[in-house]
Amino acid sequence: MSMQNVTHITGRAVYVPGDDVDTDRIIPARFMKCITFDGLGEYLFHDVRFEKDGSRKEHNLNDSRFEGASIMVCGSNFGCGSSREHAPQSLYRAGFRGLVAGNFAEIFFGNSTSLGIPCVSASKEDRDKLIAAVEANPQLDVTIDLVDLKVRFGEDSIPCEIREGARDSLLNGRFDPLDELLDGNEQVNAVAQRLSYG
Amino acid sequence: MNPRNLFEKVWDDHAVRELANGQTQLFIATHLIHEVTSPQAFGMLRERNLPVRYPERTFATVDHIVPTDEASEPYSDPLADAMIKELRRNCEDFQVTFFDVDTGKQGIIHVVGPEQGLTQPGMTIACGDSHTSTHGAFGAVAFGVGTSQVRDLLATQTMALNKLKVRRINVDGQLGPGVYAKDVILHIIRTLGVNGGTGFAYEYGGDVFDNFSMEERMTVCNMSIEGGARVGYVNPDETTFDYLKGRSYAPGHDLWDQAVERWQAYASDPGCGYDDVVLLRGEDVPPTVTWGINPGQAVGINETLPVPTEVDEGERAGVEEALEHMQLKAGAPVKGTKVDVAFIGSCTNSRISDLEEVAKRIKGHKVREDVKAIVVPGSQVVSLIAEEEGLHEVFIEAGFEWRAAGCSMCLAMNPDKLVDDELCASSSNRNFKGRQGSPTGRTMLMSPVMVAAAAVTGEVSDAREVFTK
Repeated sequence: MSMQNVTHITGRAVYVPGDDVDTDRIIPARFMKCITFDGLGEYLFHDVRFEKDGSRKEHNLNDSRFEGASIMVCGSNFGCGSSREHAPQSLYRAGFRGLVAGNFAEIFFGNSTSLGIPCVSASKEDRDKLIAAVEANPQLDVTIDLVDLKVRFGEDSIPCEIREGARDSLLNGRFDPLDELLDGNEQVNAVAQRLSYG
Repeated sequence: MNPRNLFEKVWDDHAVRELANGQTQLFIATHLIHEVTSPQAFGMLRERNLPVRYPERTFATVDHIVPTDEASEPYSDPLADAMIKELRRNCEDFQVTFFDVDTGKQGIIHVVGPEQGLTQPGMTIACGDSHTSTHGAFGAVAFGVGTSQVRDLLATQTMALNKLKVRRINVDGQLGPGVYAKDVILHIIRTLGVNGGTGFAYEYGGDVFDNFSMEERMTVCNMSIEGGARVGYVNPDETTFDYLKGRSYAPGHDLWDQAVERWQAYASDPGCGYDDVVLLRGEDVPPTVTWGINPGQAVGINETLPVPTEVDEGERAGVEEALEHMQLKAGAPVKGTKVDVAFIGSCTNSRISDLEEVAKRIKGHKVREDVKAIVVPGSQVVSLIAEEEGLHEVFIEAGFEWRAAGCSMCLAMNPDKLVDDELCASSSNRNFKGRQGSPTGRTMLMSPVMVAAAAVTGEVSDAREVFTK
């Protein structure tokens, strides 16, 4: 994957309500029977969006006003549960490039960052402002600004936070660490030799 | 040197260097892989023409998708069949040891690692599965990771990580009769919240953990992530060493004393610092069951369900959503909730001591006719021991189905699924909406003995009242 500097994400936004949204809800396990991530976008939030008979439930993700949104606004502890990278992969493949939540579960946050998806945190009060603006005008351009740590929308903006290491990785286009890890090969050998596990 | 806790010692020993973004490149002693989160990682390796850097430190098994009632291949589910074949091919091509279904060693990766002696004190361990924290029971530091990190680990045996803070959770005193390790971790999560552990490693200790067997410690460490903590561990002691002695991958006789000395040195030093300390009492832990849609939504067996208007405003919507999904009534007693399915299994509670404990209780009892009850041992090794002890006959006689090893109905990636809105008393670790295979299915988490009690009475019950002998 060629990496670009991720400084800003701009697009339309959609609100997905609820705290403690787990990765089983983001991508139910039965859709993980696959050996590539390619088709995962269409199953994003499947059981939240569809009834058993395939009919659509009433949900922002099924609302044509929010179609094409690339920023998701969520509650707190988003992405809790399993370590499946299938969750951020399905978000990415469904067109999402940035997330704003109260906070994120640890593993989900790391998985998303390594795909170049910024996960920024904002207070409930501030998110409520953003949500109100987006629901009033779904066409509103929203920008996650990682330089100034703000989420801008229309004339308004709210402050946001992201762990500094993740911010640095995104801003400098080094969110996929593999090449840097490979560069450390000699030091890795030295550590491996020093450690004896019996 | 200043006194350090186990996490700091293991971290310092395995740190390779600091990366440009301030993260640490951490060496991983043992990398465990399975069929669900590894195929894409092997694909990325092939794309870049990279080898597996330390195949001798990489071990695989197949667990999530294996049917538990169908032994011959090809499996009737073509997707599952493709996944097992892909793992087989990847392990062959990259020379990775694979505990395949014909080895007698296959099973849930977090059951297999310890029973083979692969999990040892002072190690760093990683696996593309959030329940990797299980291995912390041995005083290892074990991380659940995503597939990109599986790729990093295959290619370099290292990964980029931020150092965690450490919270000591001390449970002193004694557990009451009929209270198990599962109740302890459900109680901890209920007390500290499902995201209380974000950014922390949990160090569990105190009288209760000192007295626990290795399998009980594994049950607790297993569910650390359900409390938000990516890592959970118990300091190694004689119980740990006794468990490891003689296991296939444990140090042999000649190296044993040396290994024990090294392992002991990893235990947290007296007077070491923690970022936080939580003190709990064993006497305060009741037999606990979850009533909601996350593992923190739990009550003691003799308590009632919450009433939305009486909880904090921030929790209200969550409580309402949970009660609605679970079709439960606010304020009602949890005891007496009707159960359709009983599942004993998963990386939390499928080890031999779990099965022995249940078998001891259910002798002479029958599963109610309208309850479907299954027992899924955690590994082929567990299965074999259980059959040698005759436990399978006790289960079958009582009306349970006796199955082959795998993850099974914990996450229903194989044919074992709930149907429609069935309610399952489950010894597994997650009660998320849809977790057990049906979007409207309902899960209540509890100890294996409580699952057995529910199977017998057809409703959520206090096992201490059902199994009076």
